[in-house]
Amino acid sequence: MSLLDIAGLTVKFGTDADPFIAVDDVDLAIDEGEIVGIVGESGSGKTVMALSLLGLIDFPGRVTARRMNFAGHDLRGIGNRERREVVGKDIAMIFQDPLSSLDPCYTVAHQLMEALAVHGTPRERASRAARRARALELLQQVEIPDAEARLNAYPHQLSGGMAQRVMIAMAISCQPRLLIADEPTTALDVTVQAQVLDLLLRLQRERAMALVLITHDLAIVAETVHRVIVMYAGQQMETGPLPEVFETPAHPYTQALLAALPENNRDHARLRAIPGVVPGAHDRPTGCLLSPRCRYAVARCHRQELGLMGPPGRGARCHFRLDAQGHPTGNWQAERSAGAAVPT
Amino acid sequence: MNGGAPLLEVRDLARHYIVSRGLFKRKDLVRALDGVSFSLREGRTLAVVGESGCGKSTLARQITMIERPTSGSVLLDGNDVAHADGAERKKFRPRVQMVFQNPYASLNPRKTVAALLEEPLAINGVSSRSARREAGLAMLGKVGLRHEHYRRYPHMFSGGQRQRIAVARALMLNPRLVVADEPVSALDVSIQAQVLNLLMDLQQDMGIAYLFISHNLQVVRHIADDVLVMYFGRAVEYAPKDEIFTRPAHPYTRALLASTPSLSALRRRARTTLSGELPSPLDPPSGCAFHTRCPHVVGRCRIEIPPLSTFRGIRVACHRVAELNP
Repeated sequence: MSLLDIAGLTVKFGTDADPFIAVDDVDLAIDEGEIVGIVGESGSGKTVMALSLLGLIDFPGRVTARRMNFAGHDLRGIGNRERREVVGKDIAMIFQDPLSSLDPCYTVAHQLMEALAVHGTPRERASRAARRARALELLQQVEIPDAEARLNAYPHQLSGGMAQRVMIAMAISCQPRLLIADEPTTALDVTVQAQVLDLLLRLQRERAMALVLITHDLAIVAETVHRVIVMYAGQQMETGPLPEVFETPAHPYTQALLAALPENNRDHARLRAIPGVVPGAHDRPTGCLLSPRCRYAVARCHRQELGLMGPPGRGARCHFRLDAQGHPTGNWQAERSAGAAVPT
Repeated sequence: MNGGAPLLEVRDLARHYIVSRGLFKRKDLVRALDGVSFSLREGRTLAVVGESGCGKSTLARQITMIERPTSGSVLLDGNDVAHADGAERKKFRPRVQMVFQNPYASLNPRKTVAALLEEPLAINGVSSRSARREAGLAMLGKVGLRHEHYRRYPHMFSGGQRQRIAVARALMLNPRLVVADEPVSALDVSIQAQVLNLLMDLQQDMGIAYLFISHNLQVVRHIADDVLVMYFGRAVEYAPKDEIFTRPAHPYTRALLASTPSLSALRRRARTTLSGELPSPLDPPSGCAFHTRCPHVVGRCRIEIPPLSTFRGIRVACHRVAELNP
């Protein structure tokens, strides 16, 4: 059984009469020790999805799911006491901007020891000295130089890379089985980004943690994860293992995103950009959400929405799933020419 | 890098800041920019790359004439604007315009697009209202926005559209040079491609030169003609794009390239990354500033600052460049 098993996760904001669906019917299963990437542009629901797993969506947000299991706990309707047993201990999260996630008023040691006082071993819960020793050990594990001295540092005395290492130390302090990293390196310089990613992957390997890596950077995903979920406007557009998804994308959105990267346009003077913008809260189109921007869209796409189709673990939310050559399949040719024949 | 008189020539440019570390503590000198030279011709793009704190934005502030450099010269069409008096600098300012990183912060939320685009004209002596309006509308079309957008406010636009407005505003005075400081880093992948295409189209149409500041090497590889790699206020490598990306000569350039995530690999990361972080500007290392992180460091690097010198036709600042590039 999967460590995390979610089906039909939906997060809504706004009123029932006029809801804004931030996450729309997402399925997600993560095994122990697996690295899953969630990619998407801003507003695609990546972060809201992660927050909903931790129970951090407050009213008026509403989280519903057909199934939401984590290591034997049903996360739906879980009480606060039971949730505290799980969140922060078995599930930990690190955020994009480390300096705004750390409390500026307390030292690094204080903030590291706080979680240990709640979730630590009995010895750590009882003894301040044991917690401090463990905090030092954690800083060493995340390769902070001169860790002893850094224990007494305040967040403003740390660089961005160091602060993110402290956040990682905090996240792994209670031996989580699942670590959710939300854009962990976006605020960092490229050489520091590489260091922090290497650190995350080393810790993931050593501890056999499951890791969810949320990012907008397709290249980071390509280099790190086993499986990827491509999100767009709150929906999962495509899911599957890497490198398969990036080598032969089944969804036009994945294909277009990859084609827009400068890296894939070495021989082109112009980048193959995707026209238009991600639809906002109140201008979601009918039918497939991508249809106004999709180069393959035909009449059916603008009319009829559909769920994730295809073999288990390799779904794509498209009427005309792309083949290995990147061409739409099914009835596409016929519907395209039929559409062209109708005067508009 | 050669042929034709340069539009912009920067010689040995330095900008030092005096910073106070506390009321009764001694003042310190930060050499944010410490002797940078390059030239840029019309219609070309020079990318400046490096990590935060390397002096990229300080460089932009000297060239856009927002600040005066401590020493060195900035020649615009052969005129030294760094040492010119206020009136003359004002005369040159319209020729150099700027596009900033974050279009959510760089556009005044209380002004309509019309006001944003027409303001530079009003300041620079276009007194006729209808002429300003005509120019504004024409520019709006050039950056791919529609006439009905003209009376709207910035909050009514998406990030990509706002960056288009910021670009339009920068172009209102027909500048010869646009300094773009991370113009696409705040944008999504699909939008980033649109804005990069726009910048390249405008360059072709109007013959603008770009000083393109970025930390994203994939973007730089697409848009730049020449690349200037900076570290700690100094240029460490200055070469045509193809040289930088196929035969990086300086250890820092190599480290930057190795750290850049890439799709083409589609493999698990298995590379040596650079250790450590940028040193503190208040406590600069002796000798080559990169020696604290360089895998090829020798005794000499800790003592002597390597000058930017010519090596096989490109400019590199490294004592061991010949050994490292056999």
